[in-house]
Amino acid sequence: MTDRRRWTNALIMVLYFILLMLPIYWMLNMSFKTNEEILGTFSLWPRNPTLANYRTIFTDPAWYSGYINSITYTSMNTVMSVAIALPAAYAFSRYNFLGDNHLFFWLLTNRMAPAAVFLLPFFQLYQNIGLYDTHLAVALAHLLFNVPLSVWILEGFMSGVPKEIDETAAIDGYSFPRFFFRIFIPLIRSGIGVTAFFAFMFSWVELLLARTLTSVNAKPIAATMTRTVSASGMDWGLLAAAGVLTIIPGALVIYFVRNYIAKGFALGRV
Amino acid sequence: MAEIHLANVGHSYEKKPASLDDYAVRPMEMVWEDGGAYALLGPSGCGKTTLLNIISGLLTPTQGRVLFDGQDVTHLPPEKRNIAQVFQFPVLYDTMTVFDNLAFPLRNRGVDESQVRRRVHEIAELLDLTRDLKRRASGLSADAKQKISLGRGLVRSDVAAILFDEPLTVIDPHMKWLLRSKLKEIHQQFKLTLIYVTHDQTEALTFADQVVVMHEGAVVQIGTPQELFEKPRHTFVGYFIGSPGMNLIPVRLEGDALVTDSTPIPVDPAAIQRLSGREKLTVGIRPEFLGYSPAPQPNGVPARIQRVENLGTFKIAVAQVGEQTVKAKIPEKQPISPGDGWLIFPPEQTLLYQNDEMV
Amino acid sequence: MEKTKNNRAWFLVLPVVISVSFSAIIPLMTVVNYSVQDIFGPGQRVWVGKEWYVDAVRDADLHAALLRNLLFSFEALLIEIPLGVFLALRMPAKGKWASLALVLIALPLLIPWNVVGTIWQIFGRADIGLGGYFLNSTLGIPYNYTLNARDAWYTILVMDIWHWTPLVALLAYAGLRAIPDAYYWAARIDAASNWAIFRFIQLPKLRGVLLIAVLLRFMDSFMIYTEPFVVTGGGPGNATTFLSIFLSKLAVGQFDLGPAAAFSLIYFLLIQVFSYIFFTTIRNIGRGDTA
Repeated sequence: MTDRRRWTNALIMVLYFILLMLPIYWMLNMSFKTNEEILGTFSLWPRNPTLANYRTIFTDPAWYSGYINSITYTSMNTVMSVAIALPAAYAFSRYNFLGDNHLFFWLLTNRMAPAAVFLLPFFQLYQNIGLYDTHLAVALAHLLFNVPLSVWILEGFMSGVPKEIDETAAIDGYSFPRFFFRIFIPLIRSGIGVTAFFAFMFSWVELLLARTLTSVNAKPIAATMTRTVSASGMDWGLLAAAGVLTIIPGALVIYFVRNYIAKGFALGRV
Repeated sequence: MAEIHLANVGHSYEKKPASLDDYAVRPMEMVWEDGGAYALLGPSGCGKTTLLNIISGLLTPTQGRVLFDGQDVTHLPPEKRNIAQVFQFPVLYDTMTVFDNLAFPLRNRGVDESQVRRRVHEIAELLDLTRDLKRRASGLSADAKQKISLGRGLVRSDVAAILFDEPLTVIDPHMKWLLRSKLKEIHQQFKLTLIYVTHDQTEALTFADQVVVMHEGAVVQIGTPQELFEKPRHTFVGYFIGSPGMNLIPVRLEGDALVTDSTPIPVDPAAIQRLSGREKLTVGIRPEFLGYSPAPQPNGVPARIQRVENLGTFKIAVAQVGEQTVKAKIPEKQPISPGDGWLIFPPEQTLLYQNDEMV
Repeated sequence: MEKTKNNRAWFLVLPVVISVSFSAIIPLMTVVNYSVQDIFGPGQRVWVGKEWYVDAVRDADLHAALLRNLLFSFEALLIEIPLGVFLALRMPAKGKWASLALVLIALPLLIPWNVVGTIWQIFGRADIGLGGYFLNSTLGIPYNYTLNARDAWYTILVMDIWHWTPLVALLAYAGLRAIPDAYYWAARIDAASNWAIFRFIQLPKLRGVLLIAVLLRFMDSFMIYTEPFVVTGGGPGNATTFLSIFLSKLAVGQFDLGPAAAFSLIYFLLIQVFSYIFFTTIRNIGRGDTA
């Protein structure tokens, strides 16, 4: 690559990132302002920076328990998605079996159910089995779209591992579970990292199901945010501060898996 | 046609190489003659691929100059050099047909389309690819794919040298042999300079007129397969080439004689005269040249035969000389059994090494 | 890779089938059940057969929402896929800049959807939002997404591009990193131009990840709900009333569960057909062999 090309690329990326960060910056900016300042003057940075909005969130259990709830069900869902998808992805990558392609497509179609109308049936279902307003309910419901995606991503990584490795292990006297956990899983470690990232991401950002299946005990932070309208109008500063805080867990997760993504993956089954 | 001259070429992946150990390829002086078939042999990580990429221009060496027929090409990009390269895994343009794959390097260079068609058909004929020309390249077998990669080099009429980076790694064993003879045929027909990187000695020895052995970033010996076998100039060459490799027996100088654990080893006295010091002395002898006798003989060394493996056309005797384990290749007919005996060291084939270099 | 035929592989797939079926089939059955009844309240329902389905064929509002949504998905995909690939090609390949670029580019993906809506709702406001203020007061372009249908449409579109192009970029980036160096080397020796490298090496190798990107983006944009609901609530008028918003207004707003269910099922089927077409087309591109 020539130097000129490198600089052009860098310039394009910097410009893109500025545009990307502007809306986020604006929210960050607002989160350090009082409502009076937000509504009274237009300024590119807070004139009288205040931490009051954040203080409210960290001291009011109604707020911070929302974070704990969201992180709890998202983590549960991530672990469950990967654990359930692992054997299935192995089956898809190694074997032909009756109806495999149809099953695969059916799994994918479950991402497509229009949530708006399925909310009431979901609500009824989880209420009937007594899981309503638990972390488990949300974690289970999110499996609907995270498991198919996890199978898809993991299958791509597993197809990259030569079959000879399985056969060699079998000849060396490894039982299947021992082979799977001792040899195979370490080989697709980066695949698991990438899968976990996507599962976490989609569970963390989903709101409709999470809000429908909870009321108090497992209520997600994003749902708490929809109730910042008070008698005196919108509490913009508080809303912005809560929004800023919802970005942090995701940013941490992407930071941990960045090297796995940078290693690259091509994804099979096409 | 090109003679490739590496003038003091060295390469280091470190920013500031402090010692020779920091070099992937240590500074070297080397000439690849026009029309030669060279094998570049060495274990993985010895720097042979780095050296290859320097010649093709994919890497610019951190020092020295690369000359093609006396012309400095050190800073020329690969497309401006008249070389082609075949990689370990077949590199194909998946979405193109075989024809388009072969035509690609010509079309990129603005060659006239009728000329392109003529060259592609010629090369396809040569490589037995004519029947597949209209097929999509991605559906072919590994050996056909590798032939296409080779063909992309051959279509260019200006190509003077073709570099191969372990090209047979993914090829089925019985196809390897066919491809290798195809390569020899092409070499004889076009008189191209071929440089063939491999870690497989059989491949190197059957393919090349000249084998270049690399070890830890340095070329340790260049020679015909026979020279490498009979007179390895470096203990690494002795150990790496041959199956089993050369017996390497560490020895000490006591008076005028060389001994290992108080057992004297007979070595040409002229070689001992040439020694410049006493450190790290090694006696090397190929298992093929060791003789066996149940009774004392001239140049014999007392040995304890531990076991004998019969391999059909010959036997391998594993013996103890002093504290050292030595292997000898014994003709199938000659009787030999475990127990005390004598191993015969013929003076012409018993070589002496000082600091791993032949004396 | 050669795969062996083994029907016992179903045992390995079973946990997936069970866990997904639980959340997929039971609610789906309930929706099917709704779709053939008129529901007035708990315990009060009347069998109406295919009536709601017939309605769906005639309902002009539904058709408008469907077309609106198709247009939206089309525009979003048309911009996001090429833009994502374009960015991925320009991101640094390794080192600390690559890490930084990855973390930054992924940020919008990790923001809860209603927060994304909130961010843009604020950002676009003429009084307190940077974007809206800039357009109106600095550039003098009258812009108001709550009153002007066109402004609302572009606000949602720009938001979607801002939100989802990173997903395409991330997948394309990962796909690019998986291309072995030898391909680039061979291309250099073959004197290929940058465009030829893109066209004949990078693009074919990205097929797999782009299939995922197109499918995910199509599915998600075709059922977009939360973000536009927060920003515009479907307005002004019906300008940004996409299918999901239309359906939820029907189901939740008017408690017309029956028609909403019937419409959803048709809609569900539609997405599946579209996705199946995408899936098989992209899968077959580059597969066709004259032999």
